[in-house]
This record gives sequence, structure tokens and C-alpha cells, in this order.
Amino acid sequence: MSQVEIINAVKRYGELAALDHVSMTFKDGEFFGLLGPSGSGKTTMLRAIAGFVVLDEGEVRLDGKNIGATPVHQRNIGMVFQNYALFPHMTVAENVAFGLDVRRVSSSEQKQRVSEALSMVRLVGLEARKPKQLSGGQQQRVALARALVTRPRVLLLDEPLGALDKHLRQEMQIELKRIQRDVGITTIFVTHDQEEALTLSDRIAIFNAGKIVQAGSPGEVYARPTNRFAAGFLGEANFLSGKVGGVTNGWAQVALDSGAIASVEGQNLQIGQQALLAVRPERLAIHASSDTTAGNNRLAGTVGEVIFSGNSTSYRIHCGNQILSVFRQNDGQAILASGTPVNLTWEPDDAVLVAE
Amino acid sequence: MSAAKTTSVSSFKIGPLVLRLHLVLVLLFLYVPIIVMAALSFNQSQLYELPFTFDLVWYKSLAGDSRLIDAGINSVVIAVINTVVATVLGTMAALAFARYQFRGKSLLQLLLFPPITIPWLVIGTAMLVFFFWTGIGRGLHAILLGHVALSLPYVIIVVGARLANFPRQMEEAAATLGATPWQTFWRVTAPILAPGVIAAALFAFAVSFDQFVISYFLAPPGVTTLPVAIYAAIRKGFTPEINAISTIIIVVSMGIMLITARFYRFGGER
Repeated sequence: MSQVEIINAVKRYGELAALDHVSMTFKDGEFFGLLGPSGSGKTTMLRAIAGFVVLDEGEVRLDGKNIGATPVHQRNIGMVFQNYALFPHMTVAENVAFGLDVRRVSSSEQKQRVSEALSMVRLVGLEARKPKQLSGGQQQRVALARALVTRPRVLLLDEPLGALDKHLRQEMQIELKRIQRDVGITTIFVTHDQEEALTLSDRIAIFNAGKIVQAGSPGEVYARPTNRFAAGFLGEANFLSGKVGGVTNGWAQVALDSGAIASVEGQNLQIGQQALLAVRPERLAIHASSDTTAGNNRLAGTVGEVIFSGNSTSYRIHCGNQILSVFRQNDGQAILASGTPVNLTWEPDDAVLVAE
Repeated sequence: MSAAKTTSVSSFKIGPLVLRLHLVLVLLFLYVPIIVMAALSFNQSQLYELPFTFDLVWYKSLAGDSRLIDAGINSVVIAVINTVVATVLGTMAALAFARYQFRGKSLLQLLLFPPITIPWLVIGTAMLVFFFWTGIGRGLHAILLGHVALSLPYVIIVVGARLANFPRQMEEAAATLGATPWQTFWRVTAPILAPGVIAAALFAFAVSFDQFVISYFLAPPGVTTLPVAIYAAIRKGFTPEINAISTIIIVVSMGIMLITARFYRFGGER
């Protein structure tokens, strides 16, 4: 089990920087999700750790040792590919045994370890099948068993569940988490599916344009995004812009463009500077427009679209020239009709100051 | 595969009888001359007279014809050597095309196709002139060179088609599992590529074994391959012996094509 460090990594493809001075430490035993849109650099980073991508600058360190010059087959890294890349001419058992066989492990030990690996992924009894005779979920399990049987120092997963249907994906998420915890292996995976990242990861890093824009636990990144991209990519966010009007005890009063005043926690703010606030749709409360209580963190608006989805309803509320998204659990309150004038409020803690 | 089956079954159901009739006619057009020729090889009459009397006399006389037998041995030897050489070189070239970027690559790839469409007569003439001019001369070695040159584009194109669908992730997976590039090639790449390579080898064999023009041009007096010997024999006078040897060639060629189809499925995934 091992720690992986990326130090100041740069990888350019022509003019485009796939990795633009990125550093990150993946701790021992951690389940780490790399999240971002396609082309943001997350896959390049995974492939740099595997050894398929050679960095232009910077280092990949495994337990403190720079492995930049180590060829892929000597890195002892397990990898599960998006389409599993099972060998079509080999049976399940031969696929799993491959990594042991090329290392010249004795055949009795191979047998033993293959059967352990297959029971770990719950595929006992399918040893003699060919990959084509397996379902997508079973192929995924074989790929996982094959990657883990050599006891690699790090496990890399490239869009591990992308090819599975929704039901199977949820089942495999639980399975993956269980296996990762049992084995205790440092695991780094790439996904563009934010739900998957939130469910599986101990920590996540959000990539954009070759840089990590924010990293932390899923809860932390979701609740306290530090910039507009992270706030908008992970979940949904409403952005309110304004100017700092006053600062007291680490709290700023921001005069929003709509004229309302919002309080937000923030350090080192100058009076008069531009400020951008992010508020999650589920943190906005809707009140009748007859409720005219004065105060901060309040916006008047009109209900636009109403999207009913069973246990919850999403509203688009028109506030001046901005449309805000509000998410409300259907816990007995009446569903509001389009055209209803309303007031939106939020608690000071619910707004987060984010960088542009 | 199953989709194709369903379509043809349903079209037979819906489609008019004409379709079936058409199919039968096409097949007759293709095979009647061959069947007649093969049948006459078993007919006793030297002058192709009916009624048909079954006899193996022409096969027996063929067995005593050392000229045709020597030519046959030459043909098989050249075809086998050609198959090995063209398949190895062609597969390597196909791998280079698929895996590496180099100057002039697309031009080279484009230049693979004309030799397939240029008439063999023209290529044969060019080779004869070139071999004479360079001092390579005529002979079995020249025939072999010509056949290899002729088979190479086929091999490269057939293996290349297989490589185009080759999932590179298989090789990457093998590398992460600790396989050296050498192990990866022999244990992953080669087995997955094998059907394409076998199909290409059969193509190369057929191109060489059936080759007349090039062999005719490049054979010195006294040395022949089977098609050339048959041509020479026919010029002297048609005998059912020719039918017999032709029947043998057809059986061998069709056998090869059937095996090729089994491996290659003409472009499709098996």
C-alpha cells in the first residue's frame, strides 16, 4: 500500500496543456476521485501515474521515489480500463492469472491466488468462461480481480462504471467500495459522473483546463466551493454578484446587483471590491410575497418553471434579470404555481464566497 | 451474423420466387463450366465424347507425367515460401503502418493499392525488363521475388484491417499486469491478430499458386510452374489430363478460400 505524489506535473499536447503545473498527494489507502469535464486533464494524470504518459515537467513519486523513468510493466500498478480490456482469447481464470504468469509465479500458487481473487469479486464458478460470455458487470469484476491479483501498490480505475447501466452501476459502486476497503489499497479513479465521485471517494479533486481547481472531501467541496467552476460542476449552484459594502469580524455585507444586501463570511475583503456568492438550490427557502419582513439575504421574485419530480420539486424563480434555481422537498407544502410572486431567503452560512 | 440470417430468411418469405431463381442462375453461371470440366476429367473418352464412362485413366496418366508433376512441385514450393515471406514482411509492414508515425506514411499506404489494380500483364512485363536489366534474370528465384511483390499489398491490407479494430487497451492492460513488451506481443497481440494473419497467409498462397502471367514471363526454358505447364500442354492439344490437374487445383483453391472465409469473414468481426 502506497502513497502517490504528483509534483508540479506539466504535459502539453502541442499548444494545449493537458496538465498545467499540477501537484497532488494521494494518501496511503485513500479512495480518490478525479472529477472534471472531458479534456480537463484527469485522464492524463491517471495515465501519467500508470506510465502511459510521460510528463514534460514534474514528477510522479511512488512512496517518495520518482518513477518517471520506470516502464509501465515495472511499476506494479493495477489498472481497470473503461472497457475492461479483458483478453478475448483467454478464459476468466487465464485473464486473472496473466499477471502472475508473466511474473513466473508457480502454477499451484497461481491457482490459489486466482481463486482468492475470484471469490473476492464473487465470480467463483465462472473460471472457464470466455469474456464474451459474461455480462458487463461480470466483466468489470474480472477486470478488477485481474488488476488486484498481483497485489499492486496502487489501483487505477478509468471511468470504472461508465459502461454499465444505472442499476448495475449502483450495485458495483457498493461492491467497489467494499473491495477497496477490504484490500486497503490506494485507489485513484477518473470519472465525469459527479454522483459516482461523491459516493465512492474519500477525497476528490475537480479538474478544469489542466488544473486542479479544488480538492477535498466530497462534503467539504460541495458545501464550501472555493471557485465558480467547482461550485457549478459539483452539484448545482446559484451565483449572485455584488460589491462589498462593509466588513465586520470576518463577515462582509455585499450589496447585490439586484439591490439586496447579503452577508457572507470572508477574509481579506476590501470595501468596494467585486464579490461572487454561490448558494445551493436546496438552501434557498421560498416564502409568500405577503411576508414582507425586512432584512438581509432576501430576494423578491416570481415563480417561473415548475419541475415536479415526485419527492421533490425544482423551481426556476425569476429575480430581476436573473433566474435562480430552488429545490424543495415535497413534505406537505403546496406546490407553487408558475407566476406566483415570492420572496427567497437563505441563512448567512448558506452563501459561500467563490472566486470567479 | 444472426442479423444477416434473419434478413435473408425474411426476404425469401416476402420476396418473389424470382429472387431465388436469380440466385440459382448466378450459381449455375459460376459453377457449370467448372463442374463440366471436373466431370470430364473422370470420363474415359479422350475426345470428350459422351456417354459418360467413369474412369480414373486421366489421373493415372497424370501421375506418370513428370513434366506436370515437376511443375506442380515447383508451384507448391514457391507458393509455400512466398506465403511465409510475404506474410512475415506484410504483417510487419502492417504493424508499422498501424503503430508508428513516419514521413511519407500516407503516400506509402496509398501506393499499396495500384499494384492490385494494375494488370498482371503490365506488372509482369515491368518485372521481366527490370530483372533483366538488374541482372537478377529469370528462374525460380525471380518468380518467387515477383510473387512476393504481388502478394505483399494483399497481406498488408488484410492484416491492416484486423489491426484497425485492434483495441490498444489490451496491450496497455498487459503492461500494467507486468508483461514486458515482448511478452505482450506474443501473448496478447499475436493471438488476437492471428485470424487476420492466417487469412492473409491464405491470400498470399492463393495469389502465388494461381499465378500465371508473372510466372510465365519469369520462367526460363525448362522450368515451369503448374499454370504455365498447363498452358503449354493446352497449346499442344487438349487432353482430359488437363481436366484432371485442373480439378485438383480447383479442389485445393476452393479449400483454401473456404478456410480463408472461416478466418476472415471479409472485414467483419468473427
